[in-house]
Amino acid sequence: MQKLVIIGAGMASGRVLEHLRDTAPDAFDITVFNAEPRGNYNRIMLSPVLSGEKTYAEIITHDDTWYADNNVTCRFGEKVIAVDRDRRVVIGEKGEVPYDKLIFGTGSAPFIIPLPGHDKKGVVAYRDLEDTNAMVAAAAKPGARAVVIGGGLLGLEAAAGLRLRGMEVTVLHIATHLMERQLDEAAGYLLRRDLEKRGINVILQASTQEITGGDAAEAVHLADGTVLPCDIVVMAVGIRPAVQLARDCGLTCGRAIEVDAQMQTSDPDVYAVGECVEFNGNLFGLVAPLYDQAKVLAKTLLGQADAFKLRELSTKLKVTGCDLFSAGDFAGGDGREDIVFRDPGRGVYKRLVIEDDQLIGAVMYGDTGDANWFFGLIKDGTDISEMRDSLIFGPAFQGGAQADPMAAVAALPPEAEICGCNGVCKGAITAAIEGGATDLGAIRATTKASASCGTCTGLVEQVLSVTLGDDFVRPAAQPVCKCTDLTHEDVRRLIKSQELKSQPAVWQELGWKTPNGCHVCRPAINYYLLADWPLEYQDDLQSRFVNERNHANIQKDGTYSVMPRMWGGITTPDELRAIADAADKFKVPTVKVTGGQRIDLLGVKKEDLTDIWYDLNQAGMVSGHAYSKGLRTVKTCVGTDHCRFGTQDSTGLGIKLEKKLWGSWTPHKVKLGVSGCPRNCAEATCKDVGIICVDSGYQVSVAGAAGMDVKETERLHDARTEEEAIEWVAAFVQLYRENGKYLDRAYKWVAKVSLDWVKETLSDDATRAALNERFEISQSVYRKDPWADHNQTRAALYQPLADLTQEAAE
Amino acid sequence: MNTPMSWIDIGHIDDIPLRGSRVVKTRAGCLAVFRTTEAQVFAVGNTCPHKGGPLSEGIVHGTSVTCPLHNMIFDLETGQAQGMDTGQIPTYPIRIEAGRLLLDAASVSSRSAA
Ligand SMILES: Cc1cc2nc3c(=O)[nH]c(=O)nc-3n(C[C@H](O)[C@H](O)[C@H](O)COP(=O)(O)OP(=O)(O)OC[C@H]3O[C@@H](n4cnc5c(N)ncnc54)[C@H](O)[C@@H]3O)c2cc1C
Ligand code: SF4
Ligand code: FES
Repeated sequence: MQKLVIIGAGMASGRVLEHLRDTAPDAFDITVFNAEPRGNYNRIMLSPVLSGEKTYAEIITHDDTWYADNNVTCRFGEKVIAVDRDRRVVIGEKGEVPYDKLIFGTGSAPFIIPLPGHDKKGVVAYRDLEDTNAMVAAAAKPGARAVVIGGGLLGLEAAAGLRLRGMEVTVLHIATHLMERQLDEAAGYLLRRDLEKRGINVILQASTQEITGGDAAEAVHLADGTVLPCDIVVMAVGIRPAVQLARDCGLTCGRAIEVDAQMQTSDPDVYAVGECVEFNGNLFGLVAPLYDQAKVLAKTLLGQADAFKLRELSTKLKVTGCDLFSAGDFAGGDGREDIVFRDPGRGVYKRLVIEDDQLIGAVMYGDTGDANWFFGLIKDGTDISEMRDSLIFGPAFQGGAQADPMAAVAALPPEAEICGCNGVCKGAITAAIEGGATDLGAIRATTKASASCGTCTGLVEQVLSVTLGDDFVRPAAQPVCKCTDLTHEDVRRLIKSQELKSQPAVWQELGWKTPNGCHVCRPAINYYLLADWPLEYQDDLQSRFVNERNHANIQKDGTYSVMPRMWGGITTPDELRAIADAADKFKVPTVKVTGGQRIDLLGVKKEDLTDIWYDLNQAGMVSGHAYSKGLRTVKTCVGTDHCRFGTQDSTGLGIKLEKKLWGSWTPHKVKLGVSGCPRNCAEATCKDVGIICVDSGYQVSVAGAAGMDVKETERLHDARTEEEAIEWVAAFVQLYRENGKYLDRAYKWVAKVSLDWVKETLSDDATRAALNERFEISQSVYRKDPWADHNQTRAALYQPLADLTQEAAE
Repeated sequence: MNTPMSWIDIGHIDDIPLRGSRVVKTRAGCLAVFRTTEAQVFAVGNTCPHKGGPLSEGIVHGTSVTCPLHNMIFDLETGQAQGMDTGQIPTYPIRIEAGRLLLDAASVSSRSAA
């Protein structure tokens, strides 16, 4: 009888054994080595063992009796240390075994990031029963904490299992969303939300720096200074095929052991199967293709023809309650069409990618009931042109239902606040409707919702429509863009009341129709999020127009203009010299004095931006934000300092205002003016905010314009002191920041909500103080110089990625 | 005609922000390398055929970019202008290997990058 030796009792080689038993039980005299001190078990079911839903005994696939019945010699707990192909022997730790045919089924080894401290006790991988048992033991200690490094399939199954065992769990993930190789952002967002709901803490874009402690791991440190105390660290960051043994004995290896479609290696008597295999450049990490390999290998061993073929793979996560599915290619692209369906109420997201009338990829979350049907369409390359329109609704679907544009509002819970001014929630409005209110006027009269600034009118109408059905005809409203049916006002209100704090959260919970927005909605949503959640939300520069991303105004020839701030229009000889030097050094073609009382350097190349900023920073100057939807300038006159008509220190007040407001982002640009007397040399009465100094104090007026429209400001308040004037201005700016529609100048916004509403709101001392406080919280993040910041953190991005102009022509 | 490919390493994928772009200078002009998702990149000419806007500075959404100057939208895979607009930007073979970005230099030198 031929001697068959198998190295590794894994999922793949276990299948080979079964096929041999079923088809030719007496063909080989079989010996199996396994480094683990046990035979074959169902490795993928370690997760239910970890969570306690199953026991180890339940996941054993081949027990001692099985091996005995089938005459398999077991060398379990014995590692193979070498293979001598000349002598045709396998050398185990306890001795040699000769072979006629040899199979490598060595699987993979978990990759351990060589962080300082990675070798401490309590740092485990997630691959085998030992790892699982170590985690179970760590969880036995009451109040124990775990840090899981890696937010992929394995890491999340480990995290969920540990959490079910009562541990406090934090998942660290390097990418911007979980399972980024299997999921898109929207699905990643929902997954994160569900994991957080079950008490798992998730930190994205986490860069782990070191593991500290004595003998045992006690804490994980992140690059941003965060320290996470822990009792166990699970590293689940990827696997590497176990190929050292094969390489040492001279088999041809790339990233893994190279095999042909018959699973034969470079040695005709040696085969390989499972994760240790490389086939046509492909590696493997899921069991489905390994089972195919096992079938082919068994046939090959018996001299029957068969060939291994790659096929589409699908992924699921074995965490109860996190229903996800991903298959095929869902990258999107040319000639590919995305069909997106979101049901915010049920937390459902589905995305299909279609190319040439075939389904080529699918991602779904929350409802994966039809996943296998979709997977079948992908695998079979079915022509879906006939069912394209209703495809996303699945196989059971008949007829032409449409995704409901009001799904987001329908899904709101009764306690969701609809009217911010009067604190009216959805439940109160539906109650009013049930009590007989059938139009906007009646709702206003009974609940006060939409009765003040009116911004929530669209939402109230949607609640009416959702509740009354066809009995209420909703006036057409202008949506933000083609990605949604909601208006800017609706989106703003819902971001607040639903506490949506990320872009994927907005896209999902408000039912966006595209995977990640467009150039119209992205800057708006980015603004709303940073204005409403200054501490939680991180400004996304990729959602900003070029000028705000590069902190300079792009000119029509692709160069930029650079304008340092001149507080209140005051400068010094030193500053002027520094500006002149910079203009010389960077060969600035045009130097212009602007209407905002400062100096513009036009025609600077992108590559030079960080250097010219550095020079200007060295002279004490900061960005003038001449490019931003934010505070631009505070124009002043010389006031009492020099002018015989001056009534107050207008320059001083202008500087104070500029120092308070600079760096803040607003729905559109904001310009201020402060004049020392009604002669108004600073042209304050056509600004967004204008102050005229008079003997009795300061006349604060707002909502002027001097652009496409020209409009005089309207009086908001007469302040007696400088402090009072500043307090009112900041409160007004914050009110505009919190309520304005993106790209509405202040005068447009005031026209919508009415000056009376603004006055009434701001005249309440407590409200004004609260607005000031929120403004300062936001400024604690944004009142800083972006030039210096970008020089420190993003300078490389201003340079070309590569310069191939020096490459030799071939 | 089949020009042989010659892959040049131009950097790491993480050198490009997600939904961002970086420029590669070549003798034939600038290319823009876009990163549309965690692991998807495209290389196209950087110059908008409308009035020369630098496409690398546009907002990236789906697999498209919006020109920062007048909002023409281009599909990054075909280089075709979308919607009502007409226009075409050149596209170049690029691939990712173990995180490194490999650009086909032969195609860059054989075609002009507009
Ligand atoms: C927790 C967990 C959950 C998973 N969930 C899923 C899932 O849901 N779906 C899915 O498709 N896949 C899942 N996988 C992946 C799946 O388990 C693997 O793809 C599969 O086990 C690989 O099979 P294999 O036979 O190649 O290797 P393995 O099953 O790893 O077997 C290799 C064996 O070889 C032994 N060995 C290695 N070197 C030597 C040596 N020199 N001498 C002796 N013995 C040696 C090892 O000890 C090991 O027992 C999961 C994996 C884990 C760890
Ligand atoms: S506004 Fe009045 S105080 Fe100011 S410069 Fe003019 S005249 Fe003088
Ligand atoms: S230059 Fe690109 S749209 Fe005009």
